[in-house]
Amino acid sequence: MEKLIQKQGYDLHLLHTKKFKTINFSFKFTTNLSRETVTNRALLPYVLQQGTTNYPTATKLRQKLDELYGAILHIDSSKKGEKNITTIRLELANDRYLANQDSLIEDGLALLQEVIYSPKTVDGGFDPKILEREKKTLKNKIDALKEDKMNLANTRMIEEMCADEAYQLRVHGYEEDIASISAVQLYEYYQQLLQDDHLDIFVVGDIENTPLESQIDTIIARNEQTAIEKTKHTTKEKQAATLIEKDKIQQAKLHFGYRTNITYDDSDYAALHVFNGLFGGFPSSKLFMNVREKHSLAYYAASRIESHKGLLFVFSGIAPEQYEKARQIILEQMEQMVAGEFTDQQVTETKEMTINQLKETLDNPQGMIELNYQRILAKSDKSPEQLLKEVKQVEKEEIVKVAQKIKLDMIYLLTSEEV
Amino acid sequence: MKELYYDQINEKIYTETLSNGLRVFILPKQEMAKTFAIFTTNYGSIDQSFVPLGKEDFITVPDGIAHFLEHKLFEKEDRDVFHDFSKLGASANAFTSFTKTAYLFSATSRIMDNLKILIDFVQDPYFSEQSVEKEKGIIGQEIKMYDDQPDWRAFFGTIKSMYQHHPVHIDIAGTVESISHITKDDLYTCYHTFYHPSNMVLFVAGNIDVNETMEMIKTNQAGKTFETPEPITRKFPNEPANVAQKQLNVTMPVNVPKALVGVKEVDIPEDPKAFMEKEYLMDIVMDALFSRSGASYEKLYEEGLIDQSFSAETHLDKDFGFSIIGGNTSEPEKLAESIKQELLQLNETKLDQSTFERIKRKKLGHLLRSLNSLEFIANQYTHYQLLGIDLFESIQWLEQLSYKDLQNFLSSWIDEERISFCFVKNEE
Repeated sequence: MEKLIQKQGYDLHLLHTKKFKTINFSFKFTTNLSRETVTNRALLPYVLQQGTTNYPTATKLRQKLDELYGAILHIDSSKKGEKNITTIRLELANDRYLANQDSLIEDGLALLQEVIYSPKTVDGGFDPKILEREKKTLKNKIDALKEDKMNLANTRMIEEMCADEAYQLRVHGYEEDIASISAVQLYEYYQQLLQDDHLDIFVVGDIENTPLESQIDTIIARNEQTAIEKTKHTTKEKQAATLIEKDKIQQAKLHFGYRTNITYDDSDYAALHVFNGLFGGFPSSKLFMNVREKHSLAYYAASRIESHKGLLFVFSGIAPEQYEKARQIILEQMEQMVAGEFTDQQVTETKEMTINQLKETLDNPQGMIELNYQRILAKSDKSPEQLLKEVKQVEKEEIVKVAQKIKLDMIYLLTSEEV
Repeated sequence: MKELYYDQINEKIYTETLSNGLRVFILPKQEMAKTFAIFTTNYGSIDQSFVPLGKEDFITVPDGIAHFLEHKLFEKEDRDVFHDFSKLGASANAFTSFTKTAYLFSATSRIMDNLKILIDFVQDPYFSEQSVEKEKGIIGQEIKMYDDQPDWRAFFGTIKSMYQHHPVHIDIAGTVESISHITKDDLYTCYHTFYHPSNMVLFVAGNIDVNETMEMIKTNQAGKTFETPEPITRKFPNEPANVAQKQLNVTMPVNVPKALVGVKEVDIPEDPKAFMEKEYLMDIVMDALFSRSGASYEKLYEEGLIDQSFSAETHLDKDFGFSIIGGNTSEPEKLAESIKQELLQLNETKLDQSTFERIKRKKLGHLLRSLNSLEFIANQYTHYQLLGIDLFESIQWLEQLSYKDLQNFLSSWIDEERISFCFVKNEE
């Protein structure tokens, strides 16, 4: 169970559990998504892992991590709703399972402090050589994402569907913005992130009766905590649009974007989860069974909910000439959901699978952190345990009501140039 | 029922070998919501020549049959077993490796019901001429899918370059041609020989009651009859120490070429402790050179020969073993040659005592981290059990390894005749 402590400048979330033989630290820096900063934040994770004052190369830093019994350091930037989150994560072996070792937490936190507060600098900025190389790494990453056509189709659909909303921004940044980023400017932006972002620190593991609270306090220097602004969801008023784009591909990608008008804190959020399970969340769902199995139209067909902006996405990979038919069948599946064309038996099984999935997520340290973080972003009191309870109580009528609230916003097709 | 307590990692395993020979292991972990169960037979793609149960002469069955059998066990006369699991909210799967075939599920509720489905479907085969023919098309598609994957082709290409006769060089799924010869009777012959309880291990880990679980399994097994177990006689061809060919080229469309280097193992110890020490030492050497903190990795990275796809891995089994190193590169020949030189010039300056101690620590920490996962515990404990090794017991062997052990290992490890290359490139 979570214990929340509000500290000077940050919120500390202690999640004590005997499930794991490691201790996970996760520092989450949260701010609003914006075009001005998103590329900076995409680049920072690469630069920060290339060296610190005392461990000035990536190899030296990795060797230090090895010495700490193979500590895992991981840094990334992600988006949830209209928030941009930079996460710095360290996983340490719990030293009670190691002979002659009792200061692993202390040593691990000291290294984390070094990585966060003393990255390698030259003349008041990051090391320009490191920066240039990592700019190339980020460019390669952006290129590779374009090769992943499922990802490309989803990105393009969101850009058009949410054109006037911050949610449309690409979390891996923009190639055209990379060149102008300078070593000093990026370093200054990083200092600003450290001071001005909202900061949550999660610790997960067998941590009862440890002095973690004071140990963490000694490595963090912050003035005050910034409040999180909750992501606003947008209601769709206009007619749904269709957008068709072409690329050098064999298999076409047919994606749908919907507004659910339901976010994490809403009372029908649990019912939305079950809705999604029935619609396209599991191999037993309508999309999978009808688009893939029955009509053999797609190599994959699935749906996923976005919990903060209130969106629902459908993904499918189809033969280009099957577009009309696949579109029709997917639309029909949604109509059936609205009409309540599913059995109580299916509801029971889907609830069971949804609960199974949520519980399994809580059997993993990262999963535990992510589920608890959901509610911080949503400014909600609903704990993961409460959500589980609510899923158990969902009834068929609530699922139909959820289906009726969901409005189609966009149909997006990425298809072959030859069609 | 025997209780095994592992003080260092604070885990308890309960085990019993049933009267039909089935080995059962139960690891209760009440903190977890989930339970994971895996039912494994000591039978994989390499077990092609053997004496069938109750017979006297060796037979050789078509390539890919163990994997084919795995697919067919899910299909019953009236239903697909996957649905039985999903009706109970569980997710099921299976896999075939060189030496094992395993069936598994994970669930957070109705564990005893799911466990019964798992045991019963594996112990109740239904093969018909018609369904065997239908499966040939499905598996044919799967084989073609693998044929399109450059990483898989590179991995198997490297094994083929190392092994001349040993069936480890044959694709696990076989070929479209080889599976076309599989008959219903072949499947039953393999099934009766290798799926006898005495050749199998059942491991259940997670949120379960030990006594209830053991009782359920025993009652279930007592209600079935099996033939009297006999030791299985398998035959493997003599494999020379040197690699089959020094270089193997795979031609297929790829964005970036690939280069892999294989190191073939010889003198694989039969003694469990010696076997495990060899495997740990192979891992330590690979890590010391080729992981992100490795000296060779840094050099190859600085030279621009490797990218994020670069990796090194080791496999050690009863009578084959190898290491494979490499990844994407714009200069395949140069990368392969550089890796080979790093291996040939391996000496004590590159792998000094402090490096050895550092990697040993890392391995220990990573092993503890792996123990967060019920899947890892059940899979790996079973894997080593079938090799006659207790995984949890072996953690102390890793801790006890000395730099002297490493020096002894290195003195005879590398031989140029046991190194081969595999390249994956576009047609010129």
